[in-house]
Amino acid sequence: MSDIPKVILESGIEVDSLYTSESIGKPDLSKPGEYPFTRGIHSLMYRKRPFTIRQYAGFGTPSETHQRFLYLIKNGQTGLNVAFDLPTQTGLDSDDPRAAGEVGRVGMSVDTLADFEEVFKDIDLDKITVSLTINGSAIVLVAMYLAMAQKYGFNINNLRGTAQNDILKEFIGRGTWIFPVDASVKMVVDIIEYCANEVPKYSPVSVCGYHIRESGANPVQEMAYAFCIAKAYTDETLKRGLTIDDFASRLSFNFDIYGNFFEQIAKFRGGRRLWAKIVKEQYGATSDNSSWLRMIAGGGGGGLTKEQPENNIIRSAYYALISALSGTQTMALCSYDEAFTIPTEKAAEISLRTMQILIHEMGICDTVDPLGGSYYIETLSNQMEDAISQQMKQIDQKGGIVKTISSGVVQEAISRQAYARESAIQKGIIPKVGVNCYRKEEEEKTIEFHPYDEENASQQINNLNKVKSERNSVEVDKCLDKIKTDADKNLNLMPSIIEAVKAYATVGEITQALKDVYGEYNEPIYF
Amino acid sequence: MNTNKIKILLAKPGLDGHDVGVKVLGHALVDAGFKVVYTGLRKSIEEIIRKADDNQVDLIGLSILSGTHLVLCEQMNAEMKKKGLTTPWIVGGNIPDKDVDAIVAAGAAAAFPTGTTIEEVIEYCNKFAEN
Repeated sequence: MSDIPKVILESGIEVDSLYTSESIGKPDLSKPGEYPFTRGIHSLMYRKRPFTIRQYAGFGTPSETHQRFLYLIKNGQTGLNVAFDLPTQTGLDSDDPRAAGEVGRVGMSVDTLADFEEVFKDIDLDKITVSLTINGSAIVLVAMYLAMAQKYGFNINNLRGTAQNDILKEFIGRGTWIFPVDASVKMVVDIIEYCANEVPKYSPVSVCGYHIRESGANPVQEMAYAFCIAKAYTDETLKRGLTIDDFASRLSFNFDIYGNFFEQIAKFRGGRRLWAKIVKEQYGATSDNSSWLRMIAGGGGGGLTKEQPENNIIRSAYYALISALSGTQTMALCSYDEAFTIPTEKAAEISLRTMQILIHEMGICDTVDPLGGSYYIETLSNQMEDAISQQMKQIDQKGGIVKTISSGVVQEAISRQAYARESAIQKGIIPKVGVNCYRKEEEEKTIEFHPYDEENASQQINNLNKVKSERNSVEVDKCLDKIKTDADKNLNLMPSIIEAVKAYATVGEITQALKDVYGEYNEPIYF
Repeated sequence: MNTNKIKILLAKPGLDGHDVGVKVLGHALVDAGFKVVYTGLRKSIEEIIRKADDNQVDLIGLSILSGTHLVLCEQMNAEMKKKGLTTPWIVGGNIPDKDVDAIVAAGAAAAFPTGTTIEEVIEYCNKFAEN
């Protein structure tokens, strides 16, 4: 036996060459839909309704994005996931000099409520759930979304949908922070609190392990950091006088899939059980759905390669299978060209079809948790749960997630791991097909790139100017002053921001008002 | 010239928040014996040039992944000329092969398209240090 090389997973767990019933230890006999939900949060899972397909889309002007959304809905997509451009994500208007070259480039450009009115025109928000991928400026965009829904006659009491609104992970990866850490967390909690009271079916935060993993974390760290962040928001929300059952059932998660097939599935099963225990045992939740780990889990860009890009179609199909076998609620796949560009329409369609083939041809929805009871999966799920729990304790011992993110300790550790992993790939220690093995030299370049449309950018700026010229600027100034006063008094900012967006105050103006009170984040410089 | 004496500024211009690559490169350059200064995210071209000047760096590396590299390179070129600086600058990140020539034409000493290995960048920096 000694000549067989050891297999160590990315998370540090050693894999045996064979698993039996004895490997599992104490078996978890809970059924799907039963606490601690190892096998899934619902008793019937996909037998009742398949996972929601929610591809990330949005580019250029609101009117272009509107067209793409109508196309996606017509093609069977059941949820929308809005991508915003970087000026919108960082709280700048389209006419800001810092936005030059970025307007509408990586997502849709939004300046005022008029843009949201255009994007969601004729879309039935009672049937299509919308996810907003927005963080730094989330409080403005969520306010705008609610104002738009009200304007179109939807009752926000019944409105479903999700805001990403996870600022703590932005400090680790993705980088669209604006305000200092404490003020940022305060505004996340403002949204959670406001929604718990006024928009009870809306998911006000989607805690992202995804970007933490993409930044270099291993699967155990991905889950552990995400849970620590979710706990940080929970702790702050409880201080507002809400009970855990008032909002825990609306917390959701966003996780990443690439790497070892079985390790990912076990990460979700073990993680789901651990989160249920945390919410019930540590926070004393009494309602079952408070302890559900509701998630979007999709194929991550981190596993895709620029080399032989068609291989990414195959990788993504495996990622989709992992996601379905892990009992995800919602799925999204990075498209095969996403390692180097914004997906072309063709590539986005292949991703959509990949998930539809899984639902309709593979029997994935026929029975709940088909891998339950596998000696290997059950053993590994137990080991992952323990490892995630240990990792969370380590973060607590270092002073907690908010402190370690503020000081840059977390970022530095993850960046070192990213370097170690990249070096291992470049040296061929971690095999990557088409990159460090089975290479083809001088590959043909058949890649299409998403063009940047200067005309769209100037159109967006013209629209902004038009809205500005038609609005009541006295009213806007009054609303912006109210936001500052409320911020000074440490009140929940949602009501005053909703009033401001209704008066057509811009994303940039509201963000500036908040900067006037809170200042800006001072990034710890390290690598 | 000993690589120990070469100082490189790694910079993130524009609004792009992707910093995994630039940090990985930072670690690799330090391991290869270079001195590295990092700007942090979302710096204006003016801020980057000021930092390069303050730190007396020998080479500036811009990391851009959002696709806005051509706009930023033009700004970089104009600002360097305005300040009368001649420090060579290079560009990496999510750069399509077809844009490499345009980036060099805009004044960059070199551009490294998507898929460039760490080793290739270090090799470039080593050669740069020798000259």
